[in-house]
Amino acid sequence: MQQSMLDAIQQLPEYQQLVKNRSRLAWTLSAIMCSAYFGFILLVAFQPAFFEQIVWGDTITIGFPLGIGLILLAFVLTGIYVYAANRQFDALTQRIREQVHA
Amino acid sequence: MMARLCIKTSLAKLNYMKLNFMKLRFEQSGLTKSRAALTLLSLLTPGLAYADGGQASSSAHVMFIVFVLATLGITRWAAKRTHTSKDFYTAGGGISGLQNGLALAGDFMSAASFLGITALVYSRGYDGLIYAIGFLVGWPVMMFLMSERLRNLGRFTFADVTAYRFKQTPIRVFSAIAGISVVMLYLIAQMVGAGALIQTLFGLRFEWAVSIVGVLIIAYVTFGGMLATTWVQIIKAVLLLCGASFMALGVLYLSDFSFDKLFSTAIQQHPKGAAVMYTGGMLSDPVSAISLGIALMFGTAGLPHILMRFFTVPDAREARKSVFYATGFIGYFYILTFIIGMGAVAFILGDPAYFGADGRMIGGDNMPAVHLAHALGGDLFLGFISAVAFATILAVVAGLTLAGAAAISHDLYANVINTQASDQQEMLVSRCATLTLGLLAVLMGIAFQSQNIAFMVGLAFTIAASATFPVLIMSMFWRNMTTRGAVAGGSLGLVVAVVMVILGPAVWVQVLGMETPLVPYSNPALFSVSLAFAGIWLFSVTDRSAQAKLERSRFEAQFVRSQTGIGAEAASH
Repeated sequence: MQQSMLDAIQQLPEYQQLVKNRSRLAWTLSAIMCSAYFGFILLVAFQPAFFEQIVWGDTITIGFPLGIGLILLAFVLTGIYVYAANRQFDALTQRIREQVHA
Repeated sequence: MMARLCIKTSLAKLNYMKLNFMKLRFEQSGLTKSRAALTLLSLLTPGLAYADGGQASSSAHVMFIVFVLATLGITRWAAKRTHTSKDFYTAGGGISGLQNGLALAGDFMSAASFLGITALVYSRGYDGLIYAIGFLVGWPVMMFLMSERLRNLGRFTFADVTAYRFKQTPIRVFSAIAGISVVMLYLIAQMVGAGALIQTLFGLRFEWAVSIVGVLIIAYVTFGGMLATTWVQIIKAVLLLCGASFMALGVLYLSDFSFDKLFSTAIQQHPKGAAVMYTGGMLSDPVSAISLGIALMFGTAGLPHILMRFFTVPDAREARKSVFYATGFIGYFYILTFIIGMGAVAFILGDPAYFGADGRMIGGDNMPAVHLAHALGGDLFLGFISAVAFATILAVVAGLTLAGAAAISHDLYANVINTQASDQQEMLVSRCATLTLGLLAVLMGIAFQSQNIAFMVGLAFTIAASATFPVLIMSMFWRNMTTRGAVAGGSLGLVVAVVMVILGPAVWVQVLGMETPLVPYSNPALFSVSLAFAGIWLFSVTDRSAQAKLERSRFEAQFVRSQTGIGAEAASH
């Protein structure tokens, strides 16, 4: 990529918006996933007794919904990212490409 | 039809079936030879010795041969479409998001993870689910921070991304060494597991089993490249998801679709009693628990055969979609493995049909899922699951071999040894590398046959998290990284990971037979990953060379391309 083209792209408001929005979303979702998971691991490591609570019926301990919940959370977060990216990032990228090639 | 069959099977019928099964198996043992002689497997390999203890019925052989023929057909089809190195490494970049998602999930849902996690749930209960969650949570992070950037920056291997703005030779050599170490460890673990599993299921001798795996994967990869490998992976992923769904459904049916009932049956059966639902001793040491979490989460984002798949899709949009699908399939699969593991506790633990006279499970500790398949669906379904397990091994080993071959031919040969190499020369080297790696995998599988290799997959993840991942993520996000920092920090992570695992309980005590481990932690990732990042930082910020200045100045162009995909590799067809 030539320096002039590089400067031109970096000047585009669409580019600045793309970088800002994407990194905000990506880091927010990563932080949610990491804190949920490492929170869970810390709970396992330091408070194992927590997992002995029964929350449903006679046998379903809190760990069961918590574990399934983490798996669902991972899936939902990826869904949120794809939804936002498809709606917003692709359109911005398209506009940047059009202006570069114009 | 099979599903209906199962749903009509009540617990009482099940026990009746098991009695019949014992009788049947007794009768079958005399028939095995004549039936097996009919199968193509034995035609292909005359003089096969069928060891005693082969469990799967001839239906397993038939289903497996159908799978092999289908995959060889795919390989033939793919070979006609594999002309350039781009076709070979990335299937021409024309795989869709859904297809790649299934293939990514297929790479991850190995026989070791299907049998291993169900066996872990079977023996440890809830702790098995904690492991499974660790394997999953790396995926979303990989999607948010890496998937689009990888696709926009790379061509064939992850080293294309790490080497983007740096001095080629040192970075390529480092990336290839780290990548090949991960691939080899993973490969040996898969081959040894494969040999043992096939020996139990099909009664084939260990050496024959690993040789068949070796021959088939060499055929897939050398002729069909990434296109054949991807489709083998997709077919196997669909078969495995169907088989596991059917098993989980069967378990839930027998429990009247009540988890409470399933768990209470399991609690009655399991020697740990109610504690099977708690978190147990496995993760009681906080450092090991956190370390394991780090290794699983970031290791996924550093596995060469996974990273390579991001270059098979046409653009960044399909790249992120593929991770969305992969996360869904893998998450669903891990929920199933937990249900299947608990189902094995509830319905086969203590059943004399599945245990030898010594009280140990027939076929070894990794077999609860296989026996449960029989309990739920009889010989036919046992045959199906056995064939799927074999198919799974083939697909995963093929993917690993391709990633290892690409590291040798693309990173070492075409970018270091002979930078003027033509496309044809690079293809030739990659095919030779495939052949060599395939043969090496067979020999290593046989060599490690009776060794304790439980540490290998863990070590592979730890190296991926401590060497590959830090360099890859920093190269994309941190302007100030230099070649010196990347190579020094990454190597530090690699060496610390290997040394700490060797001195730790998994190797020092369990393999080398010493009394006490010199490193008390079962997983060193907390230290090795931190040291890798610290090393990258320290050796980069102190690098004041002209080369370092040049590398930092190239960051802007890399960043813009990673965000927009302008200048990125397009699909060829």
